[in-house]
Amino acid sequence: MVATRHVEELVQRVTGGGDDSDIAFDGLRITRDESDDEFTFTLAIDGGRVDRTGLDADGLRAVLAGEAGEAGAVVEPYVTNWHYWQETVGGEGTARRAFLRWCEDAPLADDDATSVPARYADVRDGIDREWGQLCITARFVDGDEPDGERAYDLWHVDDADADLDALEIHDEPRAARELATYDEDGRYRPLKTAPTLETGWAFTGLSGTELVDAVGFFYPATIANWHREREGELDVDHWSETAARQSGIYEVVSELPREAVDWLAEACCVDSQCLRRREWEYEAGDDLDPDGGDGPFPCREPCSLVIAAARKWAIAESETERTYELELTPSERNQLEELIDAVADDRTDEIREADVNDGANRYRARYLRAKRFADGELEMREQ
Amino acid sequence: MQALVIAAHGSHLNPDASNPTYAHADTVRETGAFDEVREAFWKEEPHFREVIRTLESEEVFVVPLFISEGYFTERIIPRELRLDEFEPEQWESDGTSASQVTFEAEDVGKTIHYCGPVGTHDAMTDVIVQRAESVTSDPSVGKGVGLAVVGHGTERNENSAKAVEYHADRIRERRRFDEVEALFMDEEPEVDDVTDFFATEDIVVVPLFVADGYHTQEDIPEDVGLTEDYRLGWTVPAEVDGHRIWYAGAVGTEGLMADVILERAADAGAELGDAIERVRQITSSATESDPERTSQAGD
Repeated sequence: MVATRHVEELVQRVTGGGDDSDIAFDGLRITRDESDDEFTFTLAIDGGRVDRTGLDADGLRAVLAGEAGEAGAVVEPYVTNWHYWQETVGGEGTARRAFLRWCEDAPLADDDATSVPARYADVRDGIDREWGQLCITARFVDGDEPDGERAYDLWHVDDADADLDALEIHDEPRAARELATYDEDGRYRPLKTAPTLETGWAFTGLSGTELVDAVGFFYPATIANWHREREGELDVDHWSETAARQSGIYEVVSELPREAVDWLAEACCVDSQCLRRREWEYEAGDDLDPDGGDGPFPCREPCSLVIAAARKWAIAESETERTYELELTPSERNQLEELIDAVADDRTDEIREADVNDGANRYRARYLRAKRFADGELEMREQ
Repeated sequence: MQALVIAAHGSHLNPDASNPTYAHADTVRETGAFDEVREAFWKEEPHFREVIRTLESEEVFVVPLFISEGYFTERIIPRELRLDEFEPEQWESDGTSASQVTFEAEDVGKTIHYCGPVGTHDAMTDVIVQRAESVTSDPSVGKGVGLAVVGHGTERNENSAKAVEYHADRIRERRRFDEVEALFMDEEPEVDDVTDFFATEDIVVVPLFVADGYHTQEDIPEDVGLTEDYRLGWTVPAEVDGHRIWYAGAVGTEGLMADVILERAADAGAELGDAIERVRQITSSATESDPERTSQAGD
């Protein structure tokens, strides 16, 4: 049975008069009949599954409430679906609404073909979507007798198969701030979109607004920029523009050589380091070499971490290259490469204590230092 | 709908730098005075650059969680918020009197009220006094006690010292403390010699900083002589040259700072109902501050 209040709100909406009183949403269409002195209405669902015309307000109410025989089961999901999206969520044109629609694979434009009953079957089971390392489930608050109200669950993609009892359960979006601050090893995460989100927690039963707030704490501004991108309004600031507007100690970043910006993007802005998909290039018409990545949400300009690192590299790149001569065995030369790779791939914690086959093993590194360093420096000659 | 944006520095290195920002934002959230409350940062996310787009409200009040008027409030924040028409002269400030400027950001369809920093608002004077109360656990602290308001100070920006002197003058005029001095880390009169400036045995030292970091938790404790090595911590009060020095962390961690944020927004026209009154009630109980070192150096 359709919730009475939903029917009543819908009837009041269409009988309230005014230019925008017609309903055309997700396959539900209620229009006031033309050239009619009395108020009568036409109800059409999914272009013909239900098609009743000449209904007065009571007749409309009866059909919507499923009291007019044939239409009850057909009408119900359309009415509750209308109520959730138009009354509970609202926010036509906002990123919040678009994101919540995305969460249940609902079409964004109202005139897109859609089948509410099919979507309802999916939401009844729970629809899972991934947003970076977040897994979001859209479901009904009441799965047995859905009245259209949705609830959202949120957890780490790696915990998707975990038992809820094994996770720390939250219901307050602000808890996401603390979860997003430290990685699994307790290290500070200055970059919120680094792929280092810790596991072991879940948010359950969030409202749409709470879900958007929580995602905003995990991945700030990603929903807004994703929405802008979908609307064709993403305002990309390329490297040269962002560098040019820096001031103070960061003014120097605009001196970073062209090819160094490629290296910077390869170092910082790839999927292994950041889940945002880089959309900025060196400048319009001059793309950077590395791939921008496959993340769901776009990166519209170099972030503050990239700018801070670029300052270091801009100063370092202003030095002139020199040629050094030093003695290394072939194994030692290989070991230098292994050491750099181990740090660059954040692998040092995984190297076993006694694994002396790994060039980045601590004893191997200490041996190399004992042999090749003098007074704390690698021994070499400058040519 | 109206939104509040608290614009703070944040840190790439110190996870605690943003704690006061979050705490005050949460206090404001509890009042329900704003439809949306957002923290925004120079070094964290959401960045100043991307915060406005996360809001649905048409009226946006931006309050910088900074101590003085200067590089960040006059240049960085307006630039990153895309307030392209902003000129510091629009504040018509003498260095401590910036209130607010209003812009129509037509590309996003919003009215943006860009407020002066919290540190120079008159309500900040009360926060400093409350800090003295909470550090001493004495709601009537003042008689027989000296108060040192300590700022960074820098010769590059005269407004940095002005903010500290402004509040010290205001507290002095209240005649609550026997003596009140404005002292600095990087200019004269220096906080290193704090005991030279006071005849009173008890001296409360309140650093006018937004967040705890190496200045408030490492430099000042060592400069003042509270401890040989900040890592060893210090006692409250600590004995220095025959004086008892009462010192805890940055004044910006005081709960009443949320009141200053609201006052800034109210001055710019935000409709707050009884929120200011409620925040004062929530945050006015003097609480024991944690004198332990709580954070590492910022960046």
